[in-house]
Order: sequence, then structure tokens, then C-alpha cells
Amino acid sequence: MTAYILQRVFQAVAVMIVVAFVSFLLFNFVGDPVDNMVGQEASFEDREAMRDSLGLNDPFIVQFGRFLGNAVQGEFGISYRLQRPVAALISERMPATLELVGASAILSILLGIPLGVYTGIKRYAMSSRTILTLSLIGVSLPTFVIGILLIYVFSVNLGWLPSFGRGQVTQLGWWSTGFLTVSGWKAIIMPSVTLALFQMTLILRLVRSEMLEVMRTDYIKFARARGLPDRMINFGHAFKNTLVPVITIIGLNVGSLIAFSIITETVFQWPGMGFLFIQAVGFADIPVMAAYLVLVAAIFVTINLFVDILYFVVDPRLRVERTVSAGGGE
Amino acid sequence: MALLEVENLRVEFPTRRGSLLALDDVSFQIEEGEVLGVVGESGAGKSLTGAAIIGLLEPPGRVTAGEIKLEDRRIDNLSYEEMRKIRGEKIGAIFQDPLTSLNPLYTIGRQLIETIRVHMDLTQEEAKGRAIDLLGEVGIPAAERRIDSYPHEFSGGMRQRVVIALALCANPRLIIADEPTTALDVSIQAQIIALIKKLCREHKTAVMLITHDMGVIAETADRVAVMYAGRIAEVGPVRRVVKQPKHPYTVGLMGAIPMVGHDVERLTQIDGAMPRLTEIPRGCSFNPRCPKVFARCREERPELMHAGRNAEAACWQFDKEGRRG
Ligand SMILES: Nc1ncnc2c1ncn2[C@@H]1O[C@H](COP(=O)(O)OP(=O)(O)O)[C@@H](O)[C@H]1O
Ligand SMILES: [Mg+2]
Repeated sequence: MTAYILQRVFQAVAVMIVVAFVSFLLFNFVGDPVDNMVGQEASFEDREAMRDSLGLNDPFIVQFGRFLGNAVQGEFGISYRLQRPVAALISERMPATLELVGASAILSILLGIPLGVYTGIKRYAMSSRTILTLSLIGVSLPTFVIGILLIYVFSVNLGWLPSFGRGQVTQLGWWSTGFLTVSGWKAIIMPSVTLALFQMTLILRLVRSEMLEVMRTDYIKFARARGLPDRMINFGHAFKNTLVPVITIIGLNVGSLIAFSIITETVFQWPGMGFLFIQAVGFADIPVMAAYLVLVAAIFVTINLFVDILYFVVDPRLRVERTVSAGGGE
Repeated sequence: MALLEVENLRVEFPTRRGSLLALDDVSFQIEEGEVLGVVGESGAGKSLTGAAIIGLLEPPGRVTAGEIKLEDRRIDNLSYEEMRKIRGEKIGAIFQDPLTSLNPLYTIGRQLIETIRVHMDLTQEEAKGRAIDLLGEVGIPAAERRIDSYPHEFSGGMRQRVVIALALCANPRLIIADEPTTALDVSIQAQIIALIKKLCREHKTAVMLITHDMGVIAETADRVAVMYAGRIAEVGPVRRVVKQPKHPYTVGLMGAIPMVGHDVERLTQIDGAMPRLTEIPRGCSFNPRCPKVFARCREERPELMHAGRNAEAACWQFDKEGRRG
């Protein structure tokens, strides 16, 4: 098992190096950072001096090495647009994004799984059909449309919830949280619902179809023939067998929440990394874009690693096969 | 009083184009401790009969007529919850494929213990003790250690032994074994059959042994019911049925068992194939394939009738009054 995990970690590192390389290429080939930092009327000599001081005239490999070294230390340089260290900008914005993504993930899992199990077991019930039909709306409406609809109803018409921002935040060390104030809670409702809806639908539908699949298996029939109560069959036997695919989708789900949060943050003016990223794109603010790319990739890779390890916990068959192959047998 | 009595059982599958009659007028009995073999081609309705008895017909299939009585009490009209208590406790079941009958995510011990505790008032420790005893009984070596293994750590034959232990957890009066060896290696089949036979003799458990292997039936069963197209063609003691089959279909089957382990389904002794449920002919459903067919067979459907000593067959040949042809 250790060997399997080491192998996974190694893969994760490899992926990160590739991502770092891509974001490094961004630096070198998208736009000219010097253009962004000096005015239009700067002379050629001024520009060259600037290039030298930024190390932009060094050999490619040296530059990439320096980039990697800095990236590992969380150093991504100075934002062209805001003229502040990228690391500081990101760490200011990260709590907002992570709180939004965390709230959405919990919402989509806590609603998606029970609804999926329910509609899987009560296959023909009217309630199941209604839930499924409604969930179709969840997948077919684009995120920004849902966001705008919510704003229209709850902010513009009813005036219950704020249409933008995080409300009042409290500083806990470097972390700023919105969960300690009423306005913070109010502010996160609409963005997290908007973000969660699509993922919740995916989880619901996946859990349902996995449940239907598992309910047809011989071991469920045999569990019935042994006279086990339904509750034990549904949750103990059937649901547990849906966990491997469900864990996979939840892992992907958290990753895509981060990606989709760009849109949600823009719609709700949520002061997170996604919003920062969109503004950086508009300005070709390469250091911010590169840092965001590397960070999001790091989060994805970490989640995947975590998911791979969870498989082990859930499925004993994997434990054996992997230890056998890791031990060099067969 | 027989342990199990099935009377005029009818099972239908409602479909858009009318109802499919999958079992029609099936009647038989199983005595305490008796092994009843049920034989017939694939699709004859053997599994459906077993499923109807344990109340696990797959919807939309349902019992539309007849009665099933266990120990003189009707069980075909019980609620799901009442029937659940009978499953496992009074009637155990063993299915065809041991590789897929066990939940892959739980140790066999956990599956045994949960089954024991659902049906018997035992503590975890007591149930574990019983589970180890059962595993020993079905021939799993080093049961105390193996109880913590997962299904995939056992071979097919060993898994089927675990399945048998699971069926025996609460000491049921009847075991329905639906092709318990079909999925297994030929070399292991005889061992598993011998094990079922031995255990049921020791526990005085009756067995409904469903198979299309006439060799297995000849060796194991006390009586045989031969099924054809959702009906019973012939019933009788195994020796009589093997030596003097009455129904022309059984005659064909017997002519086709040169050796143990041979598959009835692959035999070509009887021309043609069993009709599908939608194409069952008028009269006797076997008439298009029957070498002894006469006019009445194409008109009227025969019930099981007396066909000599120890013999009942659904064939007009044996109808004393109306015999023609
Ligand atoms: N869910 C179902 N819907 C329609 N017909 C079915 C269904 N299950 C079984 N049948 C039909 O019932 C008949 C008997 O099936 P079965 O009892 O499985 O046969 P076997 O004797 O091989 O065990 C078959 O003709 C099959 O087509
Ligand atoms: Mg069958």
C-alpha cells in the first residue's frame, strides 16, 4: 500500500511540474510583461534595463529553474496590475473562495447523496420522478442564469439577501471568515446555492444510477433471500457498494467547484481568487494568472490523491490486488 | 402433512401486449427432510417457482392464482415484512453464482453474523461462535481465521460453501438451491452436491434442488418434478422416473442422460425447442415436439393425472376414459 501511495505522490509531483511549465510558458509567450509595467513612451534602453533586472534575458532553462524554485516557496512575483506581491494577493483572496467552495461542496453532497439514494430505492414513486425532473433543470440552466435569477428574486424583488460581496468578515490570523457574522451567512447563501446546484444534480443522478445498478446484483438478491431487513440492505449493502464511483465524482466535483467558482464569483462580485483571476485575464496580469493556475492544479492533484487513498479504505479488493502487485508478485 | 405445498400456482408478468403466463397450474409438495429435484430446460419456470415460494418474484411478476403453504400456513399472501422473517429463518436459498452472491465489501464473518443476528437472539460473540461452527460444518478449513477474509480471497467452490453456510444460518426447514453448481468447475460440482446432501440429512432440512443436470438429480433427489413451459409435466420418485419415465418429454430427457454431469439443455434427443411464453401452442404445450401426439393433445391441455404406480404425468396417454389415438 505504501508503494502504491508513493507512486501516486510521484505522479502528482510530475503533474505539478507540467502545470508549472505551462504557466511558465504563459510568462514568456503571452504578452510582454515589460509593456505592462512601463509606459508606451519608454525608450528601448529603459525596456532592456527592465528586462535585465527581471531576468527575462537569461537562458530559458535558468528562467524555468528560477520560476520553479520561487513557485515552491509560493513566490510568483509582483502583480502587474496591482503592483503587490502575488502571494499576498492570493492569500487574501483564498479564504473567500475556499469558504464558498466548501459550503457548496457540503451542500451538494448533503443533498445529492440522500436524494440519489432515495430516488434509487423508491424508483417508481411520484416523489422520485418529481425530484428527477427538477434536477434536470439543475443541469440544463447555466450557472450565471441561475445566479442572476436568484439575485433578481431575492435581492432586487424581495430584498432579503445581498447581491454582491461577502458581508462583514472577521479576521482570524491571515484567514478571513464570513461565518462569524449574520451578514456573512446571508451573503454566502446565494453564491453557494448557485455553485452547488449543478454538482448536486450530478451527484444525485450518479448515486441513483449506481443504486439501481447495485440493487440488481446477485448479492442484493441473496441478501433479501437471507431475510435481511430493507434498511440493512439499502444502506449497509447497496449504498456502500456505490461509494467508489461516488467518491470519484465527489473528488472531481470539488475540483470543478473551484473552476466554476470563477463564474459564480464574477456574478456575485465575490472577492475570491476566481474574481481576481478574471480581472487578471482582462489585464494580461501574467503573474496572477500563473499563480492561480498552479494553485488550482495543486488543489486538484491533492484531491485526486486523497480520492485514490479513499478507494483503499472502501474496497478490500483493491487493497489485495495492489499489495500483490506492489510486492512484485504475479 | 407436507412441509411445503404448492397448489395450482400461477405466475404472470403483465406486459403492454397482455399478460405473460409464466407459471400455470403448478402443484407439488415437499415433505420434511425430503430432496425434491426440479428439472427442465432453461426457461421452463424452475427459478420462477423458487422465487415465488420465497416471495421474491421480480416486479412486475406476481402470483395471480394458487396457494403456497409452509407447515400448513399460507405464505403467498403475507406482507413483505412477515415474508422477510420467513426467508432465511424457515426457507433458505442458494443461488447459481457463488462469485456474485456475496457482498464484496464485507468479510464473510460479517455477512454470517448479521444474518444470524437478524434471525436469532444472540450476542455478537455468540453469533460469531455460531458462524465459525457453520463454516467448519461446510468444510472451510481454519474457520476461526478465515472468518475475517473477504469473498475475493476464496475460490469459487469455497465461496459456494460460504453461501451454503449463509443459507443454513438460522437452521431453515427448507432450502431452495437454484442450480447451485452450474457456475462451478466440474471437479467441484460433485463435492458441493454431496455437501448439500449431507448437511440437509444431518439437519433434517428439505431441499428443492433446481437443476438441468439429470445426473445430479438421479444421485441426490428423493423425488423429481419435471417442468416444461411453465407447467409440471411429471412427478414421481426418482428411481421410477429415471427407469420408467411416463411423459414423452421425460422419456426424451432420460434417453438423453448417458452420464453424470451432462447438460440436458444441450441435448438434441428431442427435436425442436421449448416454445417461448408468447407462443405456447393450444392443447398440450409439448405437442409439436411429441412423438406420441394425437388429436386430443392439440385441442385440450392435460392436467397432472395418475399414470401408473407412483406416477403422475400431464399427458393424455394416461387418461383412461378419454383415450384415443
Ligand atoms: N422479468 C421477467 N419478465 C418476463 N418474463 C420473465 C421474467 N423473468 C422470467 N421470465 C420468463 O419466465 C420463464 C421462466 O423463467 P425461469 O424460471 O428463469 O426459467 P428456468 O427454468 O430456466 O429457471 C422464462 O420463459 C422467462 O422468459
Ligand atoms: Mg433458472
